[in-house]
Amino acid sequence: MNGPSAKPWPALKRSLPYKEIVKALWKANPISKQILGICSALAVTVQLETAMVMGAALTLVVAFSSLIVSVMRAGIPRNIRIIVQVAVIATLVIIADEFLRAFMYDVSKQLSVFVGLIITNCIVLGRTEAYAMNNPPFRAFIDGLANGLGYASLLVGVAFFRELLGSGKLLGYPVVPDFFYQAGYVNNGLLVLAPGAFIMIGLFVWLEHTLLEKK
Amino acid sequence: MENLISIGLNSVFVGNILLSYFLGMCSFLAVSRNLQTAAGLGVAVTFVMALTAPVNWLIYRLLLAPGALAWAGFPNLNLSFLKLILFIAQIAAIVQIIEMIIDRYSPALYTALGVYLPLITVNCAILGASLFMVERNYSFAETVVYGAGSGTGWCLAIIAMAAIQKKLRYAKVPTGLQGFGISMIVTGLVAIGFMLFAGVSM
Repeated sequence: MNGPSAKPWPALKRSLPYKEIVKALWKANPISKQILGICSALAVTVQLETAMVMGAALTLVVAFSSLIVSVMRAGIPRNIRIIVQVAVIATLVIIADEFLRAFMYDVSKQLSVFVGLIITNCIVLGRTEAYAMNNPPFRAFIDGLANGLGYASLLVGVAFFRELLGSGKLLGYPVVPDFFYQAGYVNNGLLVLAPGAFIMIGLFVWLEHTLLEKK
Repeated sequence: MENLISIGLNSVFVGNILLSYFLGMCSFLAVSRNLQTAAGLGVAVTFVMALTAPVNWLIYRLLLAPGALAWAGFPNLNLSFLKLILFIAQIAAIVQIIEMIIDRYSPALYTALGVYLPLITVNCAILGASLFMVERNYSFAETVVYGAGSGTGWCLAIIAMAAIQKKLRYAKVPTGLQGFGISMIVTGLVAIGFMLFAGVSM
């Protein structure tokens, strides 16, 4: 999103994907504004790497399930729409799970059951039910993508601080210099534990609300 | 027996499915404003979880696990990748059946729990308990204890949260922190409280 050449920039800025994504990242972030999908958001944020993988997996699942549901929307009877949507989502999640297990085994071990739990993540079902059922495929796809990215952005933000302050590392590499530790700096063990995630996300939301109010 | 008790205690307190595995947060935040509804949902979740975890155990061990279909003549078949879709379908079905049974035999209980039952299908704590049961290789008895324990733990947490929210109405919270922000921080503090049970062993 950082276009150095001036010309495509205004056109891009007016386009639907850009607007949707900015909205989901900032003003209507699915986690901090709509309070959806926090279930799995917190557990994977001890390390930056797992958070990124989880964010990517969820983004792809939301985007493609929105696309598929939107394509099929005319053929889905209203009574059983939830179960059809869950079946679509579950299929995509199984694909994502098997993919991770095949190509990124270590990360998938750490994510353990949380990839599977994308099925019950309210963001996914929320987007397919509220948006994809009533909108054409391209728009639904962009909407899913935008919401997935909004989710991923908060996940990565929380994970960044938890890994940095909790274990002094980023993506597994130590970044806090040795003389810090020699001078008496200690990693904050609380941030690695579960309560740290709750408190961190609370502070994030506080910051975001305060910044939005100032505008 | 000792093993069962320690699994039970652990799933209620230290390994609380809500406070240390973050499952079931959505309905936890949405319903914790009122003590009575919170207790109703808590009981309903405990009930469904205690029922679905053992049933999912049977499905997994008899149909899906590697080599589980040996009794049908397919010793090399591994259907465990189907567990996600079968578990969620099974949970949805059980919730539906429970709803019908309660409606038929106890209208009073139905009016008390009825609203929450559909919510439970998408409660990730329920699916989470089934998936943890597979991952940790629990035996049938352990699964029964684990399912009931996790449900109780979730129920305790949501009731505690609802009680705190009630007190919080009289507190002066900074504007930006109101609502979601303060709920998260309070949940964090409750989680620290539950962690104190770490190290309690039989």
